[in-house]
Amino acid sequence: MIYNILLCGVGGQGILLAAKIISKAAELAGYEVTAKETHGMAQRGGSVMAQIKFGEKVHSPLILEGSADVLASLEHIEAIRCAHYLKPDGLAVVAKQAVIPVTVSCGNAKYPQDVEARLNKLFPKLKYCDCVTKALELGNVRLANTILIGMLSNALPLPMECWRGAIEASVKPSTVEANLMAFNYGKQI
Amino acid sequence: MRKLYSGNEAIARGAFEGGVTAAFGYPGTPSTEILENLVQYSKHGVYCEWSPNEKVALEAAAGASIAGARTITTMKLVGLNVAADPLMTLSYIGVVGGMVVVVADDPGQDSSQTEQDTRHYARLAKVPVLEPANAEEARDFVIKGFELSEKYGCPVILRTTTCVSHSRSLVEEREPRERNVTAFKSNVQQFVPLPIWGRKLRVKVEERMVAQAAEACSSPMNQVIENGSELGIISHGVTAAHCIELFPEASILKIGFGWPFPDELFKSFAAKVKRLVVIEEGDPILEEHIKSLGIACEGKGLVPRCGELTPAKLYAIKQQLYPEQALPALPAVAEEAVDLPARPPMLCAGCPHRGLFLALTKFDVIVSGDIGCYSLGVFPPLNRTDTILCMGAGFTIAHGMQKAGEQKKVVGIVGDSTFFHSGITGLLDVVYNKGNSTLIVVDNRITAMTGHQEHPGTGTTLMGDATKSASIETIARACGMERIRVCNPYNQAETIAIIKEELEADEPSLIISRAPCPLHVKKPMGAPRVIDEERCVNCKLCLRCGCPAIEVNTNGRPRINATACIGCGLCDQLCKLNCITAE
Repeated sequence: MIYNILLCGVGGQGILLAAKIISKAAELAGYEVTAKETHGMAQRGGSVMAQIKFGEKVHSPLILEGSADVLASLEHIEAIRCAHYLKPDGLAVVAKQAVIPVTVSCGNAKYPQDVEARLNKLFPKLKYCDCVTKALELGNVRLANTILIGMLSNALPLPMECWRGAIEASVKPSTVEANLMAFNYGKQI
Repeated sequence: MRKLYSGNEAIARGAFEGGVTAAFGYPGTPSTEILENLVQYSKHGVYCEWSPNEKVALEAAAGASIAGARTITTMKLVGLNVAADPLMTLSYIGVVGGMVVVVADDPGQDSSQTEQDTRHYARLAKVPVLEPANAEEARDFVIKGFELSEKYGCPVILRTTTCVSHSRSLVEEREPRERNVTAFKSNVQQFVPLPIWGRKLRVKVEERMVAQAAEACSSPMNQVIENGSELGIISHGVTAAHCIELFPEASILKIGFGWPFPDELFKSFAAKVKRLVVIEEGDPILEEHIKSLGIACEGKGLVPRCGELTPAKLYAIKQQLYPEQALPALPAVAEEAVDLPARPPMLCAGCPHRGLFLALTKFDVIVSGDIGCYSLGVFPPLNRTDTILCMGAGFTIAHGMQKAGEQKKVVGIVGDSTFFHSGITGLLDVVYNKGNSTLIVVDNRITAMTGHQEHPGTGTTLMGDATKSASIETIARACGMERIRVCNPYNQAETIAIIKEELEADEPSLIISRAPCPLHVKKPMGAPRVIDEERCVNCKLCLRCGCPAIEVNTNGRPRINATACIGCGLCDQLCKLNCITAE
């Protein structure tokens, strides 16, 4: 059994750190892990993706369309763009967050107004949360991604001590407590 | 204990464990992180440098190797085009200390202008090519590369791809081998390939390849995964790893050391299976050779030539292989996603290149651009790049157009790192051959696109030491350039005035558009800007700079995102009503 997690969002949103935390948690749980990331040209404000797989044995770091157990999106229309990667019964975890592309600001394209309706139609299992506002309430906008990771954590067979270890290994020591609080908040959603 | 390593981190680890003494490279996605990681081992005596370009890097690595040290050089696929000249001859004169040339290919062109298959270069240079499928193999193959290189006295290419370089998997760390550097021993008949000696070296290369092919046949870098005889797949690198997951019913020959061709291995594998398919990412190099051996196989008739061979493409091959099974279609992109706005990469909020391109929108000129963040000047709303060829060609394409009698004035642009890489010779050509192009160096004081690497102009080395900082102005002057201007691209009036004066000059001129990359400086330039909504008439002039911090609200009016804005002040200058101000 291989667990497939697809993370998506916009370059600069912190997707690499989120991928690092999830893959580290799986590593600490003793699984074989792969994590594929987007770097370079695609990163400058473009759509980005990270793919994490873990199980007894993993060969390919890439996820086949229709086989992700979890789709987690840091920006809500990016979840729609990547929806075809999710299994029919997979969990979608989506931050209620719009990053307006320049194509929209220039007037060359429109940002959809019915995002929530589209998400509800596409994802039978959906967790949708305004992570940024909640992160600001918790004291730091950067905690938004940790809330999202908490939201997806229940769908994965990884014990809490592994998530804790992964957070400790990935964020600044001074922000560990705040990140754990954000994670636990997400876990309750 | 096993730890998560990216392919690039693992290559660095392999170089360290393999006893590397010196490492040379030029940044380029997806290869950059190799030297950025290897430099952590400098405390153990590993020397690392960013060279001005890949040719210099490969030559310096050759020197280190001839002096007896294990060496590594790193570059992206197009970097090997630049370094091809020394590679070809190095294959003849050979090496002493093991030398691994790491070339990172980019199938799917995530960050590259071409989709070259570096295995062709290995064939042309007649040197072995190793293709790891994951991080642990990347580490192991670097060490095996050193051993092969020393055994046969030739450089070895390690071909990684974006999917290997930028994916993490578990690596068991090992103790490093002791570094062992022998002193240089002069041997002109080996190290000076004058034709009289070069002809003898040529024969040795062929002899060496026969022995290497035999070694490849029994190399553990090539693995057979046996799974019945109905279907056999020959694949390579990470593509073979995808095949193992997508074709669990097939026997798979996973090639990690595929050139010089392991013919006996191909023959014995083919003899064991009823149907043989060669699945190669890139060009049909193995397939065409296997067919030339008289072995029946399928290949590019089923396998796409272009792009990364993703699991979805392999699944499509599977559907074609087993039409009777009527495998279900994969989910398509959702209908709800069809009208989503595209999200092309773009210049960051506060990027100094934006000011230069914005100023250029005032002029009816042809813009010959180059490789770097400033390649993004091609996108709307700036639309201020007409051509891009390769590193350094920003200057030379402009010169060629002008010499062809092009009536419009042509502006050639290169970045600072690109200027040192291969812009200097182009500038020299313009001056020497009496061109009159306007050349611009967009100097943001760092190699930005690949993630902020030092270069000869920054005053710091990869190992963190302070050093001399090469001056673009002084170099240009030494080449004979007499008109040299420096502008601050955030100041539109100044930048436009300077461009106007230089375009009017009937002689070559150089403009240095100089301001540091704010992402590297990591400090806001000023207070975030705000639009006074009372006074804003929604003329949308501020949107003409294409800054991602200026968003259009649902009410159709521009608004500045205070978290994204770094206060560069460029948009203030676009507003005719002065209603954009610091908070």
